[in-house]
Amino acid sequence: MTVETAAAERLEHLGEEVLRVEDLTMHFPIRGGVFRRPVGAVRAVDGVSFAIDQGETLSLVGESGCGKSTTGRMVVRLLEPTSGRILYRGHDLATMSEDELRPWRSKTQIVFQDPYASLSPRMTVHDIVAEPLRVQGRYRRGGADRVSELLDLVGLQPEHANRYAHEFSGGQRQRIGIARALALDPELLVLDEPVSALDVSIQAQVVNQLRELQQRLGLAYLFISHDLSIVRHVSHRIAVMYLGVIVETGSRDEIFTAPTHPYTQALLSSVPVPDPRLRGARERITLKGDVPNPANPPSGCRFRTRCWKAEAKCAEEVPALEDRLGTGHPSACHFPELLPVLPTSGAAS
Amino acid sequence: MSDLRPSLDTPDVAAAEEVVAAEATATGVRTQRRSPAAMAVRRFKRNKVAVAGGVFLLIILVLALFAPLIAQQSPTAVDLGQIRRPPSGEHWLGTDASGRDVFARLLYAARVSLLVGVFAALVSVLLGTVIGAVAGLFGGWVDTLLMRTADMVLSFPPIVVIIVLAGLLGPSIPILIIAIAATTWPTPARLVRGVTLTVREREYLHAARVAGASRGWLLRKHIVPAAMGQIVVVGTLLVAQAILAEAVLSFLGLGVQPPQASWGNMLNDAQSLTVIQSMPWLWLPPGLAIAATVLAVNFVGDGLRDAVDPRQSGRS
Amino acid sequence: MDDNTEPLLVIDDLAVEFRTDEGVVKAVDGAAFTIDRGEIVGVVGESGSGKSVTAMSILGLVKSGRRVRGAIRFRGRDLGTLPAKELRSIRGAEIAMIFQDPMTALNPVVTIGRQIVEALRLHDKRLSKAAARDRAIELLALVGMPDAAARFKQFPHEFSGGMRQRAMIAMAIANGPSLLIADEPTTALDVTIQAQVLDLLKVAQQETQAATLLITHDLGVVAELADRVVVMYAGRVVEQGDVTTVFTAPRHPYTVGLLESLPRLDRDVDELHPIPGSPPSLLAPPPGCPFHPRCPLARDRCRTERPELRVVGNGTAVHRTACHFAEELAAVPTEVTR
Repeated sequence: MTVETAAAERLEHLGEEVLRVEDLTMHFPIRGGVFRRPVGAVRAVDGVSFAIDQGETLSLVGESGCGKSTTGRMVVRLLEPTSGRILYRGHDLATMSEDELRPWRSKTQIVFQDPYASLSPRMTVHDIVAEPLRVQGRYRRGGADRVSELLDLVGLQPEHANRYAHEFSGGQRQRIGIARALALDPELLVLDEPVSALDVSIQAQVVNQLRELQQRLGLAYLFISHDLSIVRHVSHRIAVMYLGVIVETGSRDEIFTAPTHPYTQALLSSVPVPDPRLRGARERITLKGDVPNPANPPSGCRFRTRCWKAEAKCAEEVPALEDRLGTGHPSACHFPELLPVLPTSGAAS
Repeated sequence: MSDLRPSLDTPDVAAAEEVVAAEATATGVRTQRRSPAAMAVRRFKRNKVAVAGGVFLLIILVLALFAPLIAQQSPTAVDLGQIRRPPSGEHWLGTDASGRDVFARLLYAARVSLLVGVFAALVSVLLGTVIGAVAGLFGGWVDTLLMRTADMVLSFPPIVVIIVLAGLLGPSIPILIIAIAATTWPTPARLVRGVTLTVREREYLHAARVAGASRGWLLRKHIVPAAMGQIVVVGTLLVAQAILAEAVLSFLGLGVQPPQASWGNMLNDAQSLTVIQSMPWLWLPPGLAIAATVLAVNFVGDGLRDAVDPRQSGRS
Repeated sequence: MDDNTEPLLVIDDLAVEFRTDEGVVKAVDGAAFTIDRGEIVGVVGESGSGKSVTAMSILGLVKSGRRVRGAIRFRGRDLGTLPAKELRSIRGAEIAMIFQDPMTALNPVVTIGRQIVEALRLHDKRLSKAAARDRAIELLALVGMPDAAARFKQFPHEFSGGMRQRAMIAMAIANGPSLLIADEPTTALDVTIQAQVLDLLKVAQQETQAATLLITHDLGVVAELADRVVVMYAGRVVEQGDVTTVFTAPRHPYTVGLLESLPRLDRDVDELHPIPGSPPSLLAPPPGCPFHPRCPLARDRCRTERPELRVVGNGTAVHRTACHFAEELAAVPTEVTR
C-alpha cells in the first residue's frame, strides 16, 4: 500500500476520533534509604484526559516540568502509565504487554525534539527510515521503494539515502525523523517539540512541511511545545498544562483570544512579540516565583502559589476542569475571568 | 583570589567549540560521504606510532603463519649432540638445552602466543559484551547480580585465579584461553554496560522501540554497534594482557607444555644465573618478542581508542 | 581618559577564524558596529551567524579562534593589543558578561554570596569584607532575590534556573560596569521566568546605566528590550539600525525573510514564508553576498560583488544595510511592514 492510497482511506474518515486519553497518570517513584524503597513520587502527570480526531492537531503547551512530554511518551508507550487509559480507536494501549502492543505500535509514532540525538550516527538515511519497516517485518515486500517514496514525501532527494545523518543540517535531519515516523503509515503522530531546536528560518520550513503532510495524509497530531507562537500557528485545539494537570483547554481561538485561566493569561502575556511598537503597550502579567516541586505539589489548585487571585478556597479545593463562564471551553480555576491579554495589532483573519 | 572564579575564563573553549560544531553542521550536505567507521580509519592512519605497531604485528603474523617455510629446522627435533650452542650459520639463534633450534622455536611459539592472545581476548570480549548489554538493558536485579559478580571477579588477583584454574583442570591451551577469559571479562562488560546505559536514553533507540523493536533487536542493531569501537579497543588491549598471561603461566609450567614451544616456556629454560649471564640467545629472543609484541598491541590499542573516540584522547 | 569623540565600544572590520579538521571556518568575517554609552544593542542571527563569537571576542574569550583582522576598541583602547593583565582588570569591572547557562560562570563549590564578595573585592582592594558583604546582599535584593541575606549563604545548585540567572546578573553588575554583554541570557528559561529576567535586565540597565550588548536569536526579546539592532548573517553584519525601523521597514532581504518566517503570537498567519535553503558553509562561503543563494532579489552582481554596509532610508536614525538592491525592498509591501 503506498502512502497515497493509505491517505485516501484516512481522508474519508476525517473528524473520527482516533485517540482518547482518560485520566492518565504517571508517578515516578523516588527511592531512598538503604533498600531503595519508594519514599515518594514525582507526580509528573496527574489525571490528564483529552481526545484527538483524524486530521486534527491538539497541542499540549506548558513550561518545563508540566508533564507535556511525559504525556506524549505515554501515548506512544515509551512509558507505561501508572494509571489511566489510552484508547486508540477503542483499544486500550495503556495496559498491553510489549508483545500485545507490537501490531498497534505502527498506528501511533513520534518525532523527537533533538535532530541530533534522534538519528543513529551509525546508520545511513535509508537504514534509519527503513528500520520501522524491518522491525515490523514489512521491509522485504517493497520496502526499498517505500523508503524512496517517504524521502520524497518529506522533500529529500533520493541520493541522500546513502548518506549518514551527520552530513545533514538540523532541518534536514528533522525531515528524516519525520520520514521515519511516517514509515509505518501511522494515523497519529506525537510531535515532541519538533522544531524547538531549529533556527527560525528553518523552523518555518519544517512547520509548513508538517502542515502539508497533515492535509495530504489526514494525520492527527499531538503537538507538544512550549512555543506559543508556533502553537497558535499549527493547532486546531489546545490544552494548557501546569504541574501535571490540564488547566484550560479549547479551540485555538478560545485559548488565544478568550483565555479564562490566570496561568494561560500569564503565559500569553509573557511571550515577547517581535514588534517594537508594542513595547510598553502590552499588559504584562509577571508571575512571581518558580514552578513548585512536582513531588510535593500545592494542595487544592496547583497554580495558587503563583496566582495573584488565590484565595482560601484555592488551597482547599481542587478546581475541576469545567466551563464556568459559559465561554464554551473549560478551565480549572475557581475564579475564572475573561481577559484577552494579547494585543490585536495586526488584522486577525 | 581569582582562583575562586576560574570559570570566567573557561566557557570560551566549550562555547567556541560549540560554535564551530554548529558551523560545521549548519553547512548542509557536504560533498564527501563518510561513515563513522571510515572517519575512524582516517584518524587511525594519522597516528604514526599506532600504524608502526600495526605493521610490526603484521610482520609477526606473517612470520608465524609461514614458520615452516622460513625456519630451516624443526622446532621439536632434539639433537643431544648440540646442546646450548651459540648462534651459528646453521642455528641462527643457537640451540636450547635439548639441542632444538631456537629460531624455529621462536617462530612456532609466535603461533601459540598469538593464538592464545587473540582467542582469549575474543572469548573475554564476547562474554563481556553479552553480560554488559544484558545488565544495562534489563537493569534492576539482573544488573545488580551481574555487576556484583563482575566486581567479585575483578577483586581476585587474576594470575592467582588462572594458576588455580590451570592447576585444577590441568595445563592445556584451551584451559589457558578459558582461564584468561574468565578473569578478564568484567572489563569489556562494564564498558558495554556503560554504553548501553547511554544509548538506552538516546532518542533513536526510543524511535526503534516505538516501532515495536524487541530487546534483541535493540541489542543487535543499536547497542552492540554503538559499543563496537570501544569493544575493539578493549579487545586489542586484552590481547596484550593475554599474551603476557600466557607467557607467565607457561614460564611457571602451567601453560603450554613442552615440547610445544611458546614464548613463555622458552623463557622457562633460562632460569639459572649461568644461562642468563652467558647464554643470552636462550632468553633474549623470546623476551624481546614478548615485550615488542605487547608494546605493539598496546600502541595499536591506544591508536584505536583515539580514532574511535577523539574526545577521549589527550587533547582535552 | 575617555576619548569622547568615539562610541563606548567600536567593533571595526572584525574577522575571527577557527581551524578545524575540515578546514578554516570563517566564523566572523568583517563584522562592524558600535555601541554608545547607556544604549541597548541587540545582535540577532541564527546559529553560525557569528554573533556569539563576536561577543566573546570582545573579552578575548575565544582562545581556539584566531583574530585575523580588525579591531575592538573600548573607550578608545584596542582590547586586542592590550596586555593580558590589563584585559583582566577590565573584565568583570568595566565589561561584565552574562552567559546563557549561569552554571558556566558560577563556581559550584562556593556560596553565591562569597562569589559576589570576591568579585567586588577583586576590583576594589580597599573594600572591607563587611562592606563587601553588605553590598552583595544589597545586590541580591536588587535583582529580586527574596530573602537575600539567607540566599547569600547558599550554593548555586540550591537555586532554580531563574534564580541562578538573577545571581549572575547581580555578579555582573557588582562593579558597576559600563558595558554588559548578555549572551542569550533568557534562552534556557521558561517563558514566565524569561519575563522576570527581561524585566530584571531592564532594571539592571537603568541602575548601572551600562551599555548592553544583547546577543540573541529571539527577535521578540530584541523587540522588547533593544534600542538598536544589528542583524548578522554568515559572520557579517547585514543590517543595523533603530529597532523600530529595522523591524517595521527592513532593508535587507535576510531580515525580511527572518521576520516573515516567524509565526506570530498576536495574530493568525495563514502561511509561514520560510527562507529557502540553509545557511552557507563557513568553510567555503559563497562569493559576493553570502545571502545570494537564498535571496529572492539575487542577480549577477550579488554573486560577484560583496555588498558593503551603506546608509539607507531618510529617517533620522542611522539605518544601514549590506544589500545592493535595498531600494527595491522599500517598494515591496511585505507582510511585516503592513
